[in-house]
Order: sequence, then C-alpha cells, then structure tokens
Amino acid sequence: MIKISNLYKSYDDLEVLKGINLNVSKGEVLSVIGSSGSGKSTLLYCINGLEPIQQGQIIVDDIDVHASDTNLNSVRQNMGMVFQQWNSFPHLTVLENVALAPRIVSKLPKAQALEIAEKQLRHVGLGDKLSKYPSALSGGQQQRLAIARALAMEPKCMLFDEATSALDPELVGEVLDTIRLLAEEGMTMICVTHEMGFAREVSDRVAFFHEGVIEEINQPEELFGAPKSVYLQKFLSKVKK
Amino acid sequence: MDYNFHWRPVFKTLPDLLESAILTVEVAVLSMVLGILFGLALSLIRIHMTGPLKWFAVSWIELARNTPALLQLFFFGFGLGAFGIHFSPFLIVLMGLTFNNSGYLAENFRGGFNAIPDTQIRASLSLGMNSFQTYTRIIIPQVLRIVYHPMTNQMVWAVLMSSLGMLVGFRELSGETQFFASKTYRIFEYFAATAVIYYVLVKIILGAAKLMALRLFKY
Repeated sequence: MIKISNLYKSYDDLEVLKGINLNVSKGEVLSVIGSSGSGKSTLLYCINGLEPIQQGQIIVDDIDVHASDTNLNSVRQNMGMVFQQWNSFPHLTVLENVALAPRIVSKLPKAQALEIAEKQLRHVGLGDKLSKYPSALSGGQQQRLAIARALAMEPKCMLFDEATSALDPELVGEVLDTIRLLAEEGMTMICVTHEMGFAREVSDRVAFFHEGVIEEINQPEELFGAPKSVYLQKFLSKVKK
Repeated sequence: MDYNFHWRPVFKTLPDLLESAILTVEVAVLSMVLGILFGLALSLIRIHMTGPLKWFAVSWIELARNTPALLQLFFFGFGLGAFGIHFSPFLIVLMGLTFNNSGYLAENFRGGFNAIPDTQIRASLSLGMNSFQTYTRIIIPQVLRIVYHPMTNQMVWAVLMSSLGMLVGFRELSGETQFFASKTYRIFEYFAATAVIYYVLVKIILGAAKLMALRLFKY
C-alpha cells in the first residue's frame, strides 16, 4: 500500500529524514513514536506530497508521489490527513466542511455530497452538529470533524499527525476512540502519536524514530516490552515518568 | 449679519442634486468592486511573486498610498491627455478612484492573508483541492471577513473622494452643487444641502454594510 525507500529530506542545511525504508501493507495500523524533531511529522508531510523530498521514493497505491508527472491533487484524494491543529474551516458549517471536497474535488452532485458528509459525521458521532459552525465545537469535536472531512473523500489510507496532542486531556479519549473505530474497520493508517497506551493497543506495528532514522520497528508487545535500542529504552523511561 | 437665506432654489433643483448623487454612488461602488479585484490581485502578487510583476504591484501600491488622490485623478485626466489619450470625466474618476482603492485595499488584504494560518492551506490541499480552489473556497472568504470593516471605510472614502471629480469636469454631487451654486449665487445653501446629502448617503452605506455583514458572516 505504502512503500517508502531510501527517503532523504532536509530543510536547507538541516537533515530531517536520513534514509527511511518502510512498507505499510493494506489494513495495517502503524504508529510512529519518538521525541520532537525526530522527523515523524515530516514523514507524513512527505507521504502526502506537502513537502518535497531530496532523495528516495514514496509509492502509495502504485503511484510514485514525488514523480514529476504525478498529479498530487489526485494522489491526495486517496490519502486522508488529520493534523495536530485540527484546521476546521471556520467560515463553513460542520456539514459544509465535510461536503466541500466531495463536491468540488470529486465533483459529486450536491445532494450526494451532503449525504456522504452526513453519513461520515454520524460515523464520528457529530450527527447532531451538522448546521453548527466549528467555533461552537470543542477541540475534540473539531478533531473528529477533521477526521470525518478526510473520510468523506473515501481515502485508501489515513495519516494522523499527532491528532490528540493539542487537545485538553479530557478530550483525548473521544478522538482516540474514533481512530480505534477506523482501525477496527480495517483502514490503513499511519499514526504519529505521543499516546503510548494507544499505540500499544491499536497498532499492528510501532516505529521508533530517532534523529531522522527508524531506530527500531516491531510489533507493539516486543517494542514496548523488550526494547533493544538504547535510545528507545531511554525514550520509554522518560515517557513513563 | 445681514445674510438672507434662500432655500427655494435648492429645493427646486433637489431632483438634479439627487440624480447626481446617484452618479456619485455609481462611480464609488464601481471603483470599489474593481478595487477589490485589483487589490486582491496586487496583494497576492506582492506576497507570492518575484521579479517585474512584484515590482509593478509594489509600485502601484506605493504610489496609490503615498501621493495625493487629486494628483492621481489629474494623471488619468490631464496627464494622459498630454499624450493625446482622452477619457470621459466619468472614466477619469473611475480610473483614479480604482487606482487609489486598489492600493489601499491591497495592503488591507495583505494583512488579511497573513492572518490566516498556513495550516489552513495544508488542510485544504490534503483534501485534494488545487491551489485555486484552496484560495477561492477557503482562504479568500476568511480574508474578506477580516478586512470587511476596513473595506467599508474605504467605501466611504471612495464616496467622499469622488467629489474631487468636479475638478476634472465630472458632474457628480459636488460638481452639480458647484454648478447650481454659481448659477444662483446661493452658495451656502447649496453646499449645506449637499453636505446633508453626503452625510445621509454615507450613513445608508454603513447601515447596509452592517446588514450585509450579518448575512455574510454567521460564524
């Protein structure tokens, strides 16, 4: 589904990703953990083509994302992305937020777009907020709105960039529940997260990033239970405190 | 003080004055619509482009904001006239006001664009929208809300500035007033009446802008 080989990415002189090789198969949930600045979020931006890369290849669903003849807009339709700052569109109602892309990108008739939007909003538990504006929603609700908005494009995979780290602690649960629901439904996902409990419970595999490389990648039981890398051991002991 | 007020001539020509007031509103509204379009273009060029286009946009904005509006009007009237390029008084005023509005609005828009977080663009692109859709559907609607009140100020400014039109032979409200005042010698009465008309016009525009804001910005 997602094949990343020998990926290098830098911002000017700063090397952020230094040779990433990673395969994510269909239906797999991969969590990415690591300290700030280790390149986790950058990886997602590169997969979605929001950041150019210097070297290597990212293939999503048999399409080379960074090839010069690739239409990024159509690649992105197959990938849903949810950001740390939930980025709801403040000038549109909840329903319009979700229906906009199906209407103007997928070119669906208005009625059908609204139908899909309503279905996805019910899916994430916002069925009673359709005509509200995002400003009337809590952070957790806005993040679920962002998830519904991405799902409405019927993506083949979802990328979560620290979807819960800007939320108040009491709102984290509802968003994680929604992501968990997607995992159960078999959605292919890459979740950059600081929620170790969540990563351990939901993921098929967990990757630990350290200074731009994948230091360790394994099934959650092994990775958390018996970490081999010294850096990972240090990271986990800090997180547990 | 032995001045005798004579209001009768003013009342008799009130329909003419009101008709010229419509011309005032017409040129002001048109110059605003064009000013918004050019202003948006200028601010986007200034933010995103380099080279001659940027240089052109910056020069426009700087000249519009830092030279007298009257000179700008004279440029389109007498200035171009020197090269044998002639326009009707209406077009001279429209071009002058549009030039001026565009410059001021461009800077307002630039502030508006800077106030929208980059993450809105990323979120929009990540949904598969192209840059044009991102700007027209997501960014510009939010910018218009941010600059709405400065924009109403500019609208009022355009109505009042259009009075400069009388100096290039445009018979808008002030030009018409000047014409009747010198014809009847009831100078005070005419200009007092016109001041009231301007005041009411501006109040109506501000009221309409408020109502429109309620309809447009529900969030």
